[in-house]
Amino acid sequence: MRATVWAGRNKVEVENVPDPKILNERDAIVKISSTAICGSDLHLYDGYIPAMRKGDILGHEFMGEVVETGRGVSNLKLGDRVVVPFPISCGYCNACTRGLFSLCENSNPNASLAEKTYGDTTCGIFGYSHITGGYAGGQAEYARVPFADVGPIKIESDLEDEQVLFLSDVFPTGWMGAEMCDIQPGDVVAVWGCGPVGQFAIASAYLLGAERVIAIDRFEYRLKMAREKAGAETINYEQQPVREALREMTGGRGPDHCIEAAGMEAHHHNPGMYAYDRVKQAARMETGRSYALREAIFNCRSGGTVSISGVYGGFIDKFPIGAIMNRSLTIKTGQCHVQRYLRPLLQRIENGDIDPSFIVTHRMSLDDASNGYETFKHKQDECVKVVLTP
Amino acid sequence: MTAISKTTNGGPPHENLAKGLGIFSFALGIPQVLAPGRVNRMIGVRDDAKSRMLMRAVGLREIAAGVGIFSRRHPTEWIWARVAGDTMDLALLGSALRSKSRQPARTLAATGAVAGALAADLVDGLRLSRSQDGQHEPGSSVQLKAAITVRRDRDELYASWRDFERFPDFMAHLEEVSSTGPDRSHWKAKGPLGTDVEWDAEITEDVPGERISWRSLEGAKVENSGTVRFIPAPGNQGTEVHIELRYEIPGGSVGALIAKLFGEEPAMQIKDDLRRFKQIVETGEIARSDGAPEGQLNKRQLKPRPAHPLADDELAGAGIGGGS
Repeated sequence: MRATVWAGRNKVEVENVPDPKILNERDAIVKISSTAICGSDLHLYDGYIPAMRKGDILGHEFMGEVVETGRGVSNLKLGDRVVVPFPISCGYCNACTRGLFSLCENSNPNASLAEKTYGDTTCGIFGYSHITGGYAGGQAEYARVPFADVGPIKIESDLEDEQVLFLSDVFPTGWMGAEMCDIQPGDVVAVWGCGPVGQFAIASAYLLGAERVIAIDRFEYRLKMAREKAGAETINYEQQPVREALREMTGGRGPDHCIEAAGMEAHHHNPGMYAYDRVKQAARMETGRSYALREAIFNCRSGGTVSISGVYGGFIDKFPIGAIMNRSLTIKTGQCHVQRYLRPLLQRIENGDIDPSFIVTHRMSLDDASNGYETFKHKQDECVKVVLTP
Repeated sequence: MTAISKTTNGGPPHENLAKGLGIFSFALGIPQVLAPGRVNRMIGVRDDAKSRMLMRAVGLREIAAGVGIFSRRHPTEWIWARVAGDTMDLALLGSALRSKSRQPARTLAATGAVAGALAADLVDGLRLSRSQDGQHEPGSSVQLKAAITVRRDRDELYASWRDFERFPDFMAHLEEVSSTGPDRSHWKAKGPLGTDVEWDAEITEDVPGERISWRSLEGAKVENSGTVRFIPAPGNQGTEVHIELRYEIPGGSVGALIAKLFGEEPAMQIKDDLRRFKQIVETGEIARSDGAPEGQLNKRQLKPRPAHPLADDELAGAGIGGGS
């Protein structure tokens, strides 16, 4: 089959590789109909997630048709149309039973590696380095889906692929970012980053009852999407100082909750500040540039919640713990526990509360994956989300 | 989820060089801080306020390295800090030689001395790093502890563990365990280069639902013993499985072979074994990926294969027949 493989920093190639096979009884094989490039794939592309190997198949947002099942999979039939969540989770361990699917204790065969890096293991993740298990990803024609009796959700309505594909990651990730804020009536929520996760965090904050949502980015086209599609008020941080704007917009209180949806490759409007962290990151003295996170913490209303949906791989510098401690801020974060949200969010889509396809700006053939990565990385041609079709 | 500790008996002769380097750090650092001018003159660099300040800073760094080497059980990181410090000193001396050295011969001699120290630091750093990676001296014993919490009651876990013949399902280095009597069993482990190591063992304590202990019988090339205990985990989370293993590593070539077999990364190996046990009990299968088709395996984690599907012959090589 053809598959998008990591070929070194800033390089992906579409190669021919063997077709996946059932390795365990609870596996299924899915013939992929749509697959997307995620912002977190760019961290792999840029070489900031350790433990990548040349030839690793990328991709953790995919859906398709079940074409083979292991003996232990009784809930899926051949021909079923499914969306596959990015965390690979057993559904039985203490983490899974508490709904913490991305912390599954059994699905990462490289758990010792993860334990050395993070102190304990995470779940396995499709196409997301060997620290999360070394599983082949879904930017391919087929994928092997372990624990297929627990993860994939059947789509039985006639919704288009693009309306349900993002259940695999970015919609639930944005939703969890907003849910972690425990939004109360009257709350103002600020969202740093207007990529796909940011857009869904904005939309979700409204669905969860936020009074107002303020979105922060530097790309006018992304801010425009946040205004027009997700309904946010916006701040372009290259044109206005964020702190003053937020204070002004909230009557001096600051946003009640802040969602950080930018992650470890954030930008800073001051070239000196940007260069400082960029150099430290390049020298691997820190693995993340955390301007958005620092700003979210500094600007959050006292007693509020800072919810981190952006991805971090290791260590950051100048973490403002003083602001957090002295102003009683709550920090909440985590890789999304997607399985927990699949059903309720599919219900929302079916009800017409939200149509997630609004983020799609680029549709390409799988064979153009390399072009897709470049376009997305450099935000060319007003790119927000690339969907690939095998 | 898992906790581990590892102890070796016998003295730590390999740490003597580290201690020597620690004393050297103090011997160098204290005069540098207290009498920077004299040290400047001794090594033939210009003695002014700026160079004294620099000398004091270098001295403080040396003292810090000395304190670090003596105060930590594993001085490895501090030895590597010394390597970095030596490199910095060589750069400083190099720039002194180029520009402001009053007595180039003395500066050159100092450069030679630092280069010597760098060599000693490198030798020691490499050796300590290697030994920290888990290699063991023949003639010592290795004791390993690890624990994992499994979401099943303890009677069930006890029963799985009491059936020694199933150990090879989750213990990576075991090839076969066969029962030879009510309390006796014969064990066969994979050795390096396709060799096998075999021994007989007996159960020394058996408290149903609570604990099993065993030890190798006389004649085993590698004397070993183990205990597994089952303790209810708080809050209905299942059972804590605590395991303790002890290996006596004999001397001679057999010892070297055995040390390699049990000793490459014994801590990670036993932890991986417990994870596989938990996977089988909780999920009915061993988690396998394309990068790690054999499942949790220490060797594989250090050297994963690319995460794309395996060809049929590679699957057979990884011992996978398919589950469909």
